[in-house]
Amino acid sequence: MKRIFTSGDIFIWMTGAFLALCILLIVGMLLLISINGFSFFHPTDIHYIKYRNEAGELHSALGQIYSSQEIPLDIKLRHGYDVGTLLQRHLIRVGNREFLGDDFRWINDPEIVVDSLPPTALCIEREEYGHAYGFINEFRGPRQHFDNEVDAWTAFQRWHPIVREQMHERQTLERRDVGKLNYRLERLRLQQLKWEYQKGRGELSEEMFQDRLKALDVERASIFEAVSHYRQQIDSLSAYIAQFEIAVRLVSPQDEMMTLPLSSVVRAYRPNALSWWGKTKVYLSKVWEFVADNPREANAEGGVFPAIFGTALMVLIMTIVAVPFGVLAALYLREYAKQGFFVRLVRIAVNNLAGVPSIVYGMFGLGFFVYLIGGSIDALFFPERLPSPTYGTGGILWASLTLALLTVPVVIVATEEALAAIPRGMREGSLALGATKWETIRRVVIPSATPGIMTGAILAMARGAGEVAPLMITGVVKLATEMPFDGNFPFFHLDRKFMHLGFHIYDVGFQTSNVEANIGMVYTTTLLLICLVLVLNLTAIIFRARLRNRYRLSGF
Amino acid sequence: MHAYEISAAKSNSNMSIAVPDGQNASWTSDKIVVENLNFWYGNAQALKNVSVRLPARRISAFIGPSGCGKSTFLRILNRMNDLIDGVRLEGRVLIDGTDIYANGMDVVTLRRNVGMIFQKSNPFPKSVYDNVAYGQRLLGQRNKQFLDEVVERSLRRSALWDEVKDRLSESALRLSGGQMQRLCIARALAVEPQVLLMDEPSSALDPIATAKIEELIFELKQEYTIVIVTHNMQQAARVSDYTAFFYLGELIEFDDTRSLFTNPSKKQTEDYITGRFG
Repeated sequence: MKRIFTSGDIFIWMTGAFLALCILLIVGMLLLISINGFSFFHPTDIHYIKYRNEAGELHSALGQIYSSQEIPLDIKLRHGYDVGTLLQRHLIRVGNREFLGDDFRWINDPEIVVDSLPPTALCIEREEYGHAYGFINEFRGPRQHFDNEVDAWTAFQRWHPIVREQMHERQTLERRDVGKLNYRLERLRLQQLKWEYQKGRGELSEEMFQDRLKALDVERASIFEAVSHYRQQIDSLSAYIAQFEIAVRLVSPQDEMMTLPLSSVVRAYRPNALSWWGKTKVYLSKVWEFVADNPREANAEGGVFPAIFGTALMVLIMTIVAVPFGVLAALYLREYAKQGFFVRLVRIAVNNLAGVPSIVYGMFGLGFFVYLIGGSIDALFFPERLPSPTYGTGGILWASLTLALLTVPVVIVATEEALAAIPRGMREGSLALGATKWETIRRVVIPSATPGIMTGAILAMARGAGEVAPLMITGVVKLATEMPFDGNFPFFHLDRKFMHLGFHIYDVGFQTSNVEANIGMVYTTTLLLICLVLVLNLTAIIFRARLRNRYRLSGF
Repeated sequence: MHAYEISAAKSNSNMSIAVPDGQNASWTSDKIVVENLNFWYGNAQALKNVSVRLPARRISAFIGPSGCGKSTFLRILNRMNDLIDGVRLEGRVLIDGTDIYANGMDVVTLRRNVGMIFQKSNPFPKSVYDNVAYGQRLLGQRNKQFLDEVVERSLRRSALWDEVKDRLSESALRLSGGQMQRLCIARALAVEPQVLLMDEPSSALDPIATAKIEELIFELKQEYTIVIVTHNMQQAARVSDYTAFFYLGELIEFDDTRSLFTNPSKKQTEDYITGRFG
């Protein structure tokens, strides 16, 4: 017995077991997220199910099986099923929300009368009202009209990409070109206000003001002309697009016909008839939409590109601010400050700062950055825009600065450790060659400490990318119509609100009525956030490894 | 170059400065003159009233047991001890007649004139070339051709050129231990110092590398005043012209090496070199 303890085998076992447990938990979590995240885009088969409900009435449903599970005991009892046998029930996504009222329906195995996979069953992803399932019945175009299923489907496949193309063109005109002009108009309006204020304060004479106003009016007129030019193009495009329609036969009590404008169809496919390659194509196109498009339908569908962009830009700004700040602070603390009680106190404070709840930083960011600094900037530089605030409200700059504040302690601690690890001999070698202290720090100490500093930056980035709470009160929004970067001068608009993957997960998962339909979206967004953090970290790690390799391949 | 103010050194020679008794023909001129030096780390006195004169272009070795103050003394000569908190110094240290602890003395200039080689070789994590060019770059030298010449000359003088000429851009940390130490010597030579201080330069090296370093030191005395601290009495006997024996912070004896080892005038010195303690 004693030998077991002295040999320490049992403790080695314990350390191993706990490590294994940790790995198991992490791998399990990643696996759960990955499986659910990746399978979300898979075009599963459409089942056509006829079933008898409790009252014995015959119903039918057309849709994709979303999930299956063992029927709970109470339901078995209520339906009079044998409690001892294993019975499944299925959650069917039947779509057609505007007709059926609900996207989902539970169907118990014993209720099913017929279950078939009709090859022509169509899954339609729409701009609004979620998925629709049915059979295409009719295709109407400006010169064509097909009312049999085969021709209608062929015509749809031919015309749908064209119509979507035209729609994108219209969107570009509206968003980019007209948007640019609107932006200029808004600036002209603000410019005029500014001059009015200046006139009011006596800094601008009446005649000069009138002169400038005339110039403004000329510019404005030219903008209006350009806008009306674009308007015409947009109107003609809209008229063209509106001519295309399809009619879809639904599976519902009344077997209604649903008419859909072609422009409202994002994607339509017949999963039951698709080959392996066809399914892959649908899968990839959905993944691409997710990564590169804007969200639709209150974030429940479509892409998350603005959120990816917002997250990446925020982390970038945060790193650019936090790392130099942290490194400089650590340099002073370790190299220049006289080590003593006060420095120890500062060090303890820094270490404790890393443990302050992030929402506290959020409150501080709101009070200090947004209200105090942002408010002052508005009062000083943008009085013409008041009462609507420019910097005096949450925005990506303030959110990034708040997070920078939150991650600075991590950088300081890591940098201090890196500085402390540099051998004294190396510094003395430099000093003995006639270098001043600053030259030594700049030429020898900092280059040697860079890998350690990078480690701090990596930790800070990982921490910052995953933080949501402080952002919610310093600038994150559910849906940002304008990105913090666009084609309008000065291109970066750091005062704008932005979207963030972490907040997106919270919003999609927990701030919606249609929870079932959004679960997949939550998993994929989570997966994406993890991947984004991974990519950011990997980049920094590779960068650090290259730095290390440059001069540290010492074999001795 | 510093003006050679031998008169300044001479004027102080009435004080009790240790000078080899039988000033033989190899004595050149005083390079370093130390007068009544006392040195404290906090409250602990590390050097007690040390006075000594070291000759130019000769090798002077300091020997003595651990903690006797020989390294401290060496580091005083280029003011390396300035970096330590709570040290105090009394007395005068003159190099070429200039008091290096006088107010207004530029430490940076001093250290360029008085190079130092450390016990543990300390190349920077840079390439071989950048290591050697470091000092010249500090001086603001950007001329590539000039730097190339300095690097080659310094590496040749430290007998390293043939071994590293094809790997100048490689990391200095990939050299062997002996090569690293010679690289540090080349680095010190590159700024053209007049004095080289060596703090047990071969204590971390194997016998072959040590032999190379010693050979190098012997070569270098043609141009440089070398002060070497060593634990190894054979080394002191092999390479140095003059030897000083330190014990408990005091300079016990300073004489030309042969006299000190064959005919020590103090009992403590004899005890130490015959291995009775230390």
